[in-house]
Amino acid sequence: MTALVEVNNISKSFESFLAVDDINFSLEKGEVLGFLGPNGAGKTTTMRILTGFLKPTSGNIKINGLDLFKNLKKTREFIGYVPEGSPLYNEMTTIDFLSFICEIRNIDKDQNLGKIIKLLNLDEVLLQKIDTLSKGFKRRVGLAQALVHDPKILILDEPTDGLDPNQKHEVRKLIKKLGKEKSIIISTHILEEVKAICNRTMILSNGKLLIDDTPTNVLKKSRSYNNLLVSVYDKSANELKKELEALNNFKYIDIDNNLCSIKLKSTSDASFLSNYLLKKKYAIKHYSINKGQLDEVFRQLTNTV
Amino acid sequence: MRQFLSITKRELISYFATPVAYVFITIFLLLSGLFTFYLGNFFEIGQASLGSFFEWHPWLYLFLVPAITMRLWSEEKKSGTIELLTTLPVSTLNIVLGKFMAAWLFTLLALILTFPMWITVNYLGNPDNGVIMASYIGSLLMSGGYLSIGIFISSLTKNQVIAFIVSVTVCFLFTVSGLPIVLDFFTNWAGEAITDVIASFSFLANYSDISRGIIDLRTLIYFLSLIILFLYLNVITLDNSRN
Repeated sequence: MTALVEVNNISKSFESFLAVDDINFSLEKGEVLGFLGPNGAGKTTTMRILTGFLKPTSGNIKINGLDLFKNLKKTREFIGYVPEGSPLYNEMTTIDFLSFICEIRNIDKDQNLGKIIKLLNLDEVLLQKIDTLSKGFKRRVGLAQALVHDPKILILDEPTDGLDPNQKHEVRKLIKKLGKEKSIIISTHILEEVKAICNRTMILSNGKLLIDDTPTNVLKKSRSYNNLLVSVYDKSANELKKELEALNNFKYIDIDNNLCSIKLKSTSDASFLSNYLLKKKYAIKHYSINKGQLDEVFRQLTNTV
Repeated sequence: MRQFLSITKRELISYFATPVAYVFITIFLLLSGLFTFYLGNFFEIGQASLGSFFEWHPWLYLFLVPAITMRLWSEEKKSGTIELLTTLPVSTLNIVLGKFMAAWLFTLLALILTFPMWITVNYLGNPDNGVIMASYIGSLLMSGGYLSIGIFISSLTKNQVIAFIVSVTVCFLFTVSGLPIVLDFFTNWAGEAITDVIASFSFLANYSDISRGIIDLRTLIYFLSLIILFLYLNVITLDNSRN
């Protein structure tokens, strides 16, 4: 199977500023890729290059096997794009706007528009001007615009930015559902979002691609991955920490959210610890294994300055 | 072709969805009437002609056309819709042509709505309606020239005020390039040949031929090539903004 998106060594500089630095990856159907990175990391620039809005200074991109910049018109038929902030023609009504997109994309309105309107629950706002819509509806109109032609590739720049928790949940559910049939790239700085919907994560910083892996594997890079998290009713976290440190049996102990976060030397230390706690007859309040924290990895990697 | 028409249609919907269209048309009609009757002494002249009506058109277009065109690209840039529009499977040429055509049709509508003038002058006397028709065509052609300059300048900035001021200035230079104010500046050092060339670029000179009822091929070519030139520059600017 050929990759739907193939990115070969793209770099982009604006005068002397290097916004994207030699990025490589390819993406197949069914992959939902999350771009993570601090502001200014190059997420938006990369997406703008993938949609042909900006030309890379060097490197090339293949969309569905075709060179993007040699076949701008053809390749764009495969892509649905929601730019940063989901810009829309605010003075138009929802239905006029979506009809316009259908006309430009040369697709049958009656056949496609109805489905999308139903999928995104836009019935009640069809005749409203877009600038009178709530943010949640505007986002949905933005998504509808990107979905009318049932694209193979969906590129969404911060799709849940500015939405309330319920709306975020809805959009994520939708992306997850669509992700089975398409290749999706989203950018976000909400780390939980990546865990919730992506099956692939990239962390960018200063235009460089630092990590390209599944969210679970990225979590393993967390310093506190596999740490035991322990607290007891009898003692404060600090007191317990001191007591356990005195045993000299662990690599290190941190305090994390009022829990002792214990890095074990080996798995047998786990039974040593539980035995110790039993022997002391402590009432256990919390006992768990840290699955790794994305924000920790994020800070570890992007806080180099 | 279909796409070009879709763009035109969308633009026109936008004009009429905001007060811009109504304000423009009202002001255009008011001012053209005012200029004709007060400054143009329509009645005192005692002639059954619309000469005093058409002679003000360049000056009306000079600041009304940039008021239409200033937002055409600047607003797309500011609101970010340019990213939406230019990543759709449609060529830059089609977008530029669509925008221009919408603006031109809109100006045509404003011109058509001046028909009470034509009725008035026909009621009062027996004007040469051929000359009036030619004048309308000339006025429309000239408005196309102003529009193409304005749209091009709008594509250079995301600031509408800057787009407006620069457009008015450039349009002013094109308008008056046949008048002494510009020509005197050149005659001293540029020689007669160059001065003549500059003079021939004047909107006023080309327009005045047509409004006397003479549709000269040279005038047609002048306005059409001016329009094509600026639309072409517009396409180039937008394509280059990718880099």
